[in-house]
Amino acid sequence: MGLSRRGLMATAIVSPWLMRAGDALAQGIQPKRGGTLTTIVNPEPPVLHVGVNNQAPTLIVGGKIFQGLLRYSAKLEPMPELAKSWEVSADGLEYTFHLQENVKFHDGQPMTAEDVVFSIMKFHMEVSPRARGVFARIKEGVAVDANTVKFVLSAPFEPFLLMFDVTVSAIVPKHLFDGQDYRQAPAVQKPIGTGPFRFVEWQRGNFIRLERFDGYWKPGQPYLDSIIYRVVPDSQSRRLALETGQVQLTQSNDIEPFDVPQMRARPNLEVQTAGWEYFGPLMWLELNHRVKPLDDVRVRKALAHAVNRDFIAQRLWFGIGKPATGPVASSTRFYDASAKMPAYNVEAAKKLLDEAGLKPNGQGVRFTIRHLSLPYGEVFTRLGEFLRQSLRQVGVDLQLESVDVGTWAQRTANWEFDTTINYLYQYGDPTLGVERSYVSTNIKKILFSNVAGYANPKVDALFTQARDAADPKARQAAFSEVQKLLVEEVPLVWLMEMAFPTIYDRKLNNVITSGAGVHASFDDVFLA
Amino acid sequence: MKEFWRNFARNRGAVVGLAILLGVLALALLAPLLYPGSPWDMAGMPFAPPGEMGMLLGTDSLGRDVAAGIAHGARVSLLVGAVSTVVALVIGVSLGAFAGYLGGWADDVVMRFTEFFQTIPSFVLAILLVAIFTPTIGSIVFAIAVVSWPPVARVVRAEFLSLRSREFVQASEVLGKSRLSIVFGDILPNALSPIVVLASLMVASAILLESALSFLGLGDPNMMSWGFLIGSGRSVIRIAWWMSVFPGIAIFLTVLSLNLVGEGLSDALNPRLTRNRGGKA
Repeated sequence: MGLSRRGLMATAIVSPWLMRAGDALAQGIQPKRGGTLTTIVNPEPPVLHVGVNNQAPTLIVGGKIFQGLLRYSAKLEPMPELAKSWEVSADGLEYTFHLQENVKFHDGQPMTAEDVVFSIMKFHMEVSPRARGVFARIKEGVAVDANTVKFVLSAPFEPFLLMFDVTVSAIVPKHLFDGQDYRQAPAVQKPIGTGPFRFVEWQRGNFIRLERFDGYWKPGQPYLDSIIYRVVPDSQSRRLALETGQVQLTQSNDIEPFDVPQMRARPNLEVQTAGWEYFGPLMWLELNHRVKPLDDVRVRKALAHAVNRDFIAQRLWFGIGKPATGPVASSTRFYDASAKMPAYNVEAAKKLLDEAGLKPNGQGVRFTIRHLSLPYGEVFTRLGEFLRQSLRQVGVDLQLESVDVGTWAQRTANWEFDTTINYLYQYGDPTLGVERSYVSTNIKKILFSNVAGYANPKVDALFTQARDAADPKARQAAFSEVQKLLVEEVPLVWLMEMAFPTIYDRKLNNVITSGAGVHASFDDVFLA
Repeated sequence: MKEFWRNFARNRGAVVGLAILLGVLALALLAPLLYPGSPWDMAGMPFAPPGEMGMLLGTDSLGRDVAAGIAHGARVSLLVGAVSTVVALVIGVSLGAFAGYLGGWADDVVMRFTEFFQTIPSFVLAILLVAIFTPTIGSIVFAIAVVSWPPVARVVRAEFLSLRSREFVQASEVLGKSRLSIVFGDILPNALSPIVVLASLMVASAILLESALSFLGLGDPNMMSWGFLIGSGRSVIRIAWWMSVFPGIAIFLTVLSLNLVGEGLSDALNPRLTRNRGGKA
């Protein structure tokens, strides 16, 4: 009953690290040293240096080689990583990080406060546009001593603490980059970080091999000897590799949603959809407000009423993902559950369209709009077909257009669409990942901006207010109000909070221990 | 005409083919009556196996009736096959007639142009054209026609080359008929039988080509075709075999029947050839 004595011993021995929330998963099983984890990376990343490239495959592999100052729980609470503790001044302007001791880079050099200041103030400012957007608010970044870093902001910015994950601002060695072109430096091709695994070998088109870094700062960790990322471009081959045990872990888009139910049925495999809370991808039907009658709020509401979002999550994505409830994903901070978008109700939709003066013609069609299908594979094709049938029920004729990825990106960015599908990461905080889709200052001919062209001065004001407030309570108030406003106005028809299946052999422990899931360092992952 | 039918009926396969083809045509014509409403309608539970939930051939991943899809798909597949063949015939016959009747440099120019198209793998060219013009029913018909006219041009040219020096053509020339009326009034009717045979086979290959394009996701997203049905069923074939198998059978039967009919036509239109063949066997 309960914990075995061995389990308790393990808890005692490995203590401070087992205090962390996620590690509770492994309670009762003593971590075992040794073994090789073989997994998949798809598509093959162009480089492995986090920051220089920020696509998912790079971040997943790079997350083992590099580390950030912090990591985040599924509830997005900051947890120690390279910073063992931190303080925020009362006015919300000064952030002080105390670093772990005895942290070494893979080339044997110690990691100091200088490296941290360099990484944040210079490296990521230069290479990563998203980090630059936030770090530009830092007035001053200084190394107080070898193990203390202080950042002073020019104005309070409450979500600042969310910016220190390895996927946003990995700590890189100053001595290998300073004074060079960061993107061309030799260290980009041979990444050197502080992570538990060091880069050993990369046979292009075949595999990437990482090995245990013996100088890792957590005593006794990592447990695994090595991690091999195999490049497998075909989805059915990936599924087969998982089924036959050639790989013990798949993540991200490796396994197609329609294959997941069968993976769930296999007794030796565990299927998890957690571990994407930090990114919080939300998918919606993008509406171009410049196209009539989509500028009419009654029409937009009717469209939202017409779509059965449960069907999308359950039947199209096989339960990997949750029906959306509004503009903010439920895992993102300041999500307000009381702000609910129009529910599935065909009759209400018809009534609203009647009120808007859009009567059906002889064929039962009220109006025709053209829908640009998102060319991200089969499920999205099915989604387009589903939306067409759903809207046809209420008399809206959706004409599907298939295009390739490049054309989709170009036409969406240039507002050359009536409706399309899009999904964006929310990065844990509405200021970081939600605001950009609704504020009028971000109506730009750029992908992932406010391409819908929605403009409401009240929404703008509330987002600004929430961004600039130092007090989380004040931010919550503003975000709650804006969420209620948005679900009334329905600038976009939110469809699903996306997730991606992480499937692994049950012998593998501690795979998902944070809100960033498989992007974590894996220093606590072991094969039992 | 009577003799034509007798010759046609002598080929048993051709009769069977004709019966199947008429059946498919009837299915296409009756689709709106058999399955009223849109084949895209989500009529039942997703992934219902054949025979369950009142679905004769089962349902697909969105709960759409596969049987309704096949019936309505027959319209699209046959339409695409027929229209693209007509377009290809118009291009092929005019170019072939032009080259074969005029000969000389005109022949050279047209034939080099034809060879240019023949050296490009036709399916790759079709994919390219559809991808460039975005997949719509029009661009698909156009792409299929563009890749399938060269054999027509070559056959017509060969016929014209041999016919233009016959006495009846010379007689017409002496009578002062215009070139156009000689080409269409005298030569073309006599070159018709190989064209008819070729056309029936082209319909078959056009249906296959359209299915292949749809299978690759390059079909018109607003049209239900057999290739689309197979393509959408491919990835879930381990869960729902019926989604790919039944449309596959439909394509198989239709293409087979068109080939059988083509052979029958060839026999009926060239009775002497048939008898010789029969004699050898």
